[in-house]
Amino acid sequence: MTTGVKDDRDVRSVVQAAVTRHGATQEALIPVMAEVNQALGYLPAQALEEIGKSLRLPSSHLVSVASFYRMFSTQPRGRHVIQFCESAPCHVMGGRELLRALEGELGLVPGATSADGRWTLLTASCLGVCGVGPVVIVDGDIYGAVTPERVPEILARYP
Amino acid sequence: MKPVRSMVLVSSDPESIQKGAQEVFQRLQQEVQAFGLEEEIAAAMVGDVGRHDAIPLLIVYPEAVIYGPVKPDDVRFLVEEHLLKGRIAAGLQAPARELSGRIAWLSARKGTLPAEQRIVLERAGLIDPEDIEDYIAHNGYEAVGRALSEMTPAEVIEEITRSGLRGRGGAGFPTGTKWRFVAKTQSDTKYIICNADESEPGTFKDRLILEGDPHSIIEAMTLAGYAVGAHEGYIYVRGEYGLAQERLGKAIQQARQMGFLGEDIFGSGFAFDIHIHSGAGAYICGEETALIESIEGKRGEPRSRPPFPTTYGLWGKPTVVNNVETLANVPPIIRNGAAWYRRFGTSSSPGTKVYTVLGSVNVTGLIEVPMGITLREVIAIYGKGMKRGTSFKLAQTGGSSGSIIPASLQDTPMDFDSFARAGVSLGSGALLICNDDTCVVDLATVLLNFFRGESCGKCTPCRIGTERTHQILTNLSEGIGKLSDLDDLLVLADGLNQLSNCGLGQTAAAPIRDILKHFRAEVEAHVRLKVCPTGVCSMSGRQAKAA
Ligand SMILES: Cc1cc2nc3c(=O)[nH]c(=O)nc-3n(C[C@H](O)[C@H](O)[C@H](O)COP(=O)(O)O)c2cc1C
Repeated sequence: MTTGVKDDRDVRSVVQAAVTRHGATQEALIPVMAEVNQALGYLPAQALEEIGKSLRLPSSHLVSVASFYRMFSTQPRGRHVIQFCESAPCHVMGGRELLRALEGELGLVPGATSADGRWTLLTASCLGVCGVGPVVIVDGDIYGAVTPERVPEILARYP
Repeated sequence: MKPVRSMVLVSSDPESIQKGAQEVFQRLQQEVQAFGLEEEIAAAMVGDVGRHDAIPLLIVYPEAVIYGPVKPDDVRFLVEEHLLKGRIAAGLQAPARELSGRIAWLSARKGTLPAEQRIVLERAGLIDPEDIEDYIAHNGYEAVGRALSEMTPAEVIEEITRSGLRGRGGAGFPTGTKWRFVAKTQSDTKYIICNADESEPGTFKDRLILEGDPHSIIEAMTLAGYAVGAHEGYIYVRGEYGLAQERLGKAIQQARQMGFLGEDIFGSGFAFDIHIHSGAGAYICGEETALIESIEGKRGEPRSRPPFPTTYGLWGKPTVVNNVETLANVPPIIRNGAAWYRRFGTSSSPGTKVYTVLGSVNVTGLIEVPMGITLREVIAIYGKGMKRGTSFKLAQTGGSSGSIIPASLQDTPMDFDSFARAGVSLGSGALLICNDDTCVVDLATVLLNFFRGESCGKCTPCRIGTERTHQILTNLSEGIGKLSDLDDLLVLADGLNQLSNCGLGQTAAAPIRDILKHFRAEVEAHVRLKVCPTGVCSMSGRQAKAA
């Protein structure tokens, strides 16, 4: 995961590569955004502008799409993104206690990024690994059946 | 495929990968070579095997011996003992009592457990999903071969109609009828969409089909395309399903190379090809018109209907949208005939249903069983009973758009019509089994919190209704509710149901109506006595006031 403000040239080349791969049609918008978001860690305003120019779409359309989907962010995120599942199957397996432990350990409420830029804590609807609730995903790594006691040890793996 | 003596499968669902399945698999290949067994032993990573208690799992066929959790350093011993010397690698077997899902089915064949009925998961976990030849060796592409050479498109639709197949995406709409609508509509361009957005909390059956048997979906979509006259298909896969997308991509590649996709399939002159479209995180995109908007590069906001996608779908063209599990039933029906299919399940709902069994049972996991089985049977036989010292209070079916089913309805056959008569819904196949420690107010609050977050916000009844009901439920759980709140909840529930534009808002209030119908006394206790009978709710508002 990368953070920080990107310089213009970076952004432009990432957008160009994505447009070349997926095409310059409206149909390609979401795949292009996904790739840019992945490469830059988020979708800076300049990236939206570049995508809009390439795909010939108005900026209102870009903002409306970028703000709709959970996997896109228009704000920089922490070096590590923690997703916590708050859906019913995880909830009944002890999800609530786990969220409290995460909030306490990180000193963050869901949606916030820590001042040192290390963490972003997000709550998510179902992550699709319900067999092993409660579930936490840190960056791409999935942790199942997580107890509050395991939280410090898991977080320590992500400096 | 060359014949081999043993087949070794390694579980590779995300959780297994996280726990080192990849390293186990690499070591397995190294050790098999080191012992010179590569001619005799085949190995594959097979996605989710429906069991998560001892992963990564390693299963050796044909004996169906299950090892787990296996660490990379165990592999050498395991290969030497089992594959070379032919005896069980002592101490590495997975605990035998927790049999579930696909493995339960295997054990059933060995006569130790009641049989599941596998139609759509027939091959998942048995074949190498990245090898088209393995699929072909297990009757793969036989149905499409037969249809293209021996059947007219109308005959394919007729066979599906007679099978009684109904959509597994939640609504239970007859698949043959849907296909007929699209076939009838005149248009130079039509589309087939496979709905693999699977975001209902508690549901991961489609992921298992996609990871374990991707070619079956390609074959089914090709059959659908032939039946309705479409030449292009899209698979809309949930953004989080990376492995499924990768496997589908490989499968499409292989199918093109072998001529099962592309121009002139089986020399019939019929052309068909498939694209994968990844979702980007939005539950509402499982709704078919929101999904179509999303493929078109827009916000996933549902369209007003009619017109339905069958006449006005992707890019305004007639479009079939079917769920993954629905499609996975198609090739077996064409291969074996409608009469064969009707032998399973009930007369109104033939076939099987895949369920994810979750919550306070001893064994959680994935099962495929005939339609019409009861909750009691699922809990007792496949769940191996409730967890020690707890009793069954309610089940939440079908993810969030399902129902809350009280224990008193546990003998209702689980099929579309029996459930509709009992006023409950089967939904997407999640069965969250809750014990007597579950508070219904707390559960409903969590469910409404989900809808509140996932409402796309386009229509007011849903945007405001989910927000207000969630607020009232929160008040109840904090001990600051009023009796009139319960009336308000019902009024809001009616508004959501009758005024919302799509299924999300229409079903969002189902949990509220269910708890007030079946557990009213427990809800009222939160108001009249300011007590949560199960002790789950914080009732913190009340304490704050008293302090
Ligand atoms: C809010 C909402 C979410 C849905 N999510 C899914 C889903 O994830 N997968 C799915 O197959 N159908 C989903 N559906 C149902 C689809 O709209 C559609 O009915 C289904 O894909 C049709 O396929 P079938 O006839 O094979 O069931 C959803 C519906 C609603 C209202």
